[in-house]
Amino acid sequence: MGAMVGEEKIRLEDREFSRKVSAKVRNLSRCYQCSMCSDGCPVAYAMDYYPNQIIHLVRLGLKEKVLRSTAIWICASCETCASRCPNDIEIVHMMDVLRSDSLAGGFKGPARNISRFHKIFIEQVRKKGRIDEGSLLLNYELKTGDFLSVEKLREEGGLGLEMFRKGKLKFPSRKRYADRSVKEIFKKVLSRG
Amino acid sequence: MRFAYYPGCTATSTSVEYDESVRETSRHLGIELEEIPEWTCCGATSGHIMNRELSIALPSRNLALANRMSLAIVSPCPACSTRHKVAQYELARDPELKARIEEDIGINFEIPPKPRHILEVLYRDVGIDAIKKRVRKPLKGLKVVAYYGCFLVRPPEIAGFDDPENPTIMDEVMRALGAEVIDWSHKIDCCGGGLSIVAPDIVKTLAGKLVGAASKVEADAIVTACGICQANLDMRQARTTSSRPLPIFYFSELSALAFGTLQLKRWLAKHLVDPSGVLQKLDLL
Repeated sequence: MGAMVGEEKIRLEDREFSRKVSAKVRNLSRCYQCSMCSDGCPVAYAMDYYPNQIIHLVRLGLKEKVLRSTAIWICASCETCASRCPNDIEIVHMMDVLRSDSLAGGFKGPARNISRFHKIFIEQVRKKGRIDEGSLLLNYELKTGDFLSVEKLREEGGLGLEMFRKGKLKFPSRKRYADRSVKEIFKKVLSRG
Repeated sequence: MRFAYYPGCTATSTSVEYDESVRETSRHLGIELEEIPEWTCCGATSGHIMNRELSIALPSRNLALANRMSLAIVSPCPACSTRHKVAQYELARDPELKARIEEDIGINFEIPPKPRHILEVLYRDVGIDAIKKRVRKPLKGLKVVAYYGCFLVRPPEIAGFDDPENPTIMDEVMRALGAEVIDWSHKIDCCGGGLSIVAPDIVKTLAGKLVGAASKVEADAIVTACGICQANLDMRQARTTSSRPLPIFYFSELSALAFGTLQLKRWLAKHLVDPSGVLQKLDLL
């Protein structure tokens, strides 16, 4: 683990990546690597690069490493980092910028089940206007095949059944809310690119 | 006092008991909640991950609908209320963005009042003294820790809720209901939120830390104000024979109990960790 750049040559065109991200994220260039963000991050332990290392990689222009990292997807957007950053860097917003760059560039890292979850989530909002947790779960499991392990089936399946029994999960419904207006919003916003 | 009520998607499934107990608590306190007709999802975390302006346009539609009702929005979900607060904040400071968003949603609207989380209404609009006056059944002897999680307090400039590192609003509300509120170390630590489906192991680790910290100070239960936090802590805490399961209440279930609700058993039946033992021991159920 770690942001070992080693002998790697940083290509000139990758400085463009660094410039583009910096232009979208307020104060990114102020980072002095104090690692306050990573120290308070509840999920840093599960990331391949810590949040301060992601910032460093971005500034070095190491685009591939950043956009394939698990860190950008494991980030839970809890805002602990940004609320404590002594330089007021919008770290979660940076993660958002990197996540959409990663999606747009088709970078398929080891955490792609998470990016697929977000796609499925937002597609359900587009189609139905609201999230119906039952069909969100079903859609995710079917599309990623994430449930296809004995251990996961036993553990998650049992939990799912219990939630169903308690009425916490419902049968997926076909009901739609404000159908046309939500689809229209998606169409207009996404046409801006 | 009246508000445009935005239940949020979890209220329709995972946290039905939260929605119902918030409505009942509000009735007891004279807060009228008028549900926004045809409200739609705020986009949640996936919204801002996928597209910034989409994450502003989606809640803006609800803000515009609330404006038509001439009411300010209140939500029981910290994530939903944050998404609405962010939209209101961004629209107010960027007129060009506002013009684009109005075009997207097909409604022109004035900048609405700042959206609220229901706890803010209890604390600021109703007030601790008025809450105390409504208590019929004080929660005497119930030792709880108040768990705020992320979005009640962060981002601080958007949330404008309380001290972002050491909030006390929920502590004060619980104390007003007669509970014994214990200070603890993990008030604002993340539960893993939306990672529950995609990375359950992470959520198990985080839920384990939170439940462990609450047990260490000998709390009988954790109190939350979020459907996702409650679900994660309730579902993902270790359920081994050696560990003591810790009930996870919604603050509103306990306020409704203190105000004399008859619905409590129905709500508690939905919890995975059964909280009735803790309440029976204190003669509260």
